[in-house]
Amino acid sequence: MTRLLDKYQSILERRARMLAVGSDAVGLVNQQMLSPTRAIINGRETILAGTNNYMGITFEPTCIAAGQAALAAFGTGTTGSRIANGTYALHTELEAALADFLGREHCIVFTTGYQANLAMISGLAGPRDTIFLDADSHSSIYDGCTLSGARLVRFRHNDAADLDKRLSRMEADDDQSGGGRLVVLEGIYSMLGDRPPLADFVECKRKHGFELLLDEAHSFGVLGPNGRGLADEAGLEDDCDYVVGTFSKSIGSIGGFGAGNDEMFDVLRNAARPYMFTASPSPATIATARAALATLAAEPERRTRLWENSRRLHEGFRDLGLDLGCDTVSPIVAVKCPDEASTVAMWNALLDAGVYVNIAVPPGTPNRLCLLRCSVSAAHTADEIDRILDLFGKVVAAGHRTRQSA
Amino acid sequence: MTTRDEIYATLCRLLQPFNANDVELTPATEISADLSIDSVSVMDFVMEVEDHFEIDIPLNVLSETRTMDDLVNVVEGRLKHKAPS
Repeated sequence: MTRLLDKYQSILERRARMLAVGSDAVGLVNQQMLSPTRAIINGRETILAGTNNYMGITFEPTCIAAGQAALAAFGTGTTGSRIANGTYALHTELEAALADFLGREHCIVFTTGYQANLAMISGLAGPRDTIFLDADSHSSIYDGCTLSGARLVRFRHNDAADLDKRLSRMEADDDQSGGGRLVVLEGIYSMLGDRPPLADFVECKRKHGFELLLDEAHSFGVLGPNGRGLADEAGLEDDCDYVVGTFSKSIGSIGGFGAGNDEMFDVLRNAARPYMFTASPSPATIATARAALATLAAEPERRTRLWENSRRLHEGFRDLGLDLGCDTVSPIVAVKCPDEASTVAMWNALLDAGVYVNIAVPPGTPNRLCLLRCSVSAAHTADEIDRILDLFGKVVAAGHRTRQSA
Repeated sequence: MTTRDEIYATLCRLLQPFNANDVELTPATEISADLSIDSVSVMDFVMEVEDHFEIDIPLNVLSETRTMDDLVNVVEGRLKHKAPS
């Protein structure tokens, strides 16, 4: 008889290889949180440079107070779905506040960012439709596509001409030309920190007439004059039919949202299974998200600090001669490494010296890359950025030089 | 019309960059399991196949496509569909 878990033996072996040389890169414990950028890990104070806490908002006193007040007033949890007993005034108020912030007619809040993509994608597209997704899309997009039952066509990363080719191919095929078409893009791609050429995709949209969903998970709060994301930055919000976002990054809580202007938008509340068949986000979660949204809107200087810090880290890494995930400055700064073993070794050396970054290896990365991935926070001090640079110089750049001279 | 043998030979050539362990290929080779390549690499390989033959192979089809021979069937079917004789 086949034991179900046996298929994961190779995962166990890979994990054992990692644990044999150091800490658990995919199960690390933050023993205490000292601030948005500091934690106690392995008993030592550690600078956090891999949290996606872009606005550094997790310890904001107004957000904590809002969460505490909601906890006291509304209780610990909602114990139900939004379509049953789980809709509180807090949820509808947050949806209204988000719609207002985004300049959209309609907004729905979801329990996690993962579910936001699952719900929006599987709610919009069904078995007779076709979804075109970027090859480097986040797993939540892939999973939303699978859940939808739609025909899935993958196009080359950030390549509007490749999308155009695949759309044209499909249009030439009478058997496949029925049903709706949804194109899914991300505002900032989570592994390399790069952005799509949105204007090129919008031009493609005008030619072919599909509907466009933009996942602003990493760009919400980060890009654009209003902090609404890539579409805001590019001045192309009217061309993006649907926008998705998360509360677990710039908002510093957990949950997600989908928004749009279609008059039928709210029907997704009765069609999207990841909205209907899960409990709604807890009162404290929603209240902190709402307070954080107000803080983001009121304090654009957080975005300014984030970009100053991002530039400092990006340019510092570039000056060290490191091979970076993308050429433009981004709050995600990924350093390409030669192979998994050396990446794990360098990640441990950085952690032992007091800096936590993310480790990213295939299949979680594009093109089988091994990455040490940093994400920058508005709350990082210049000294912290310089400490990160100093350690990457000693640990990562030194290795690069050794290999080059070998 | 491209023959099955020609399709198979082309698939073998396109798969080679993903075949890091140099596993010997036969029509019965299971692309993911036998070559120990991950799901993203399988999709990247299929994208090369799509572009070489100028066909679409929707990702949904892949869950039913395990062996090289299965993939030959898919490509042959898509090519016939594209250029009905």
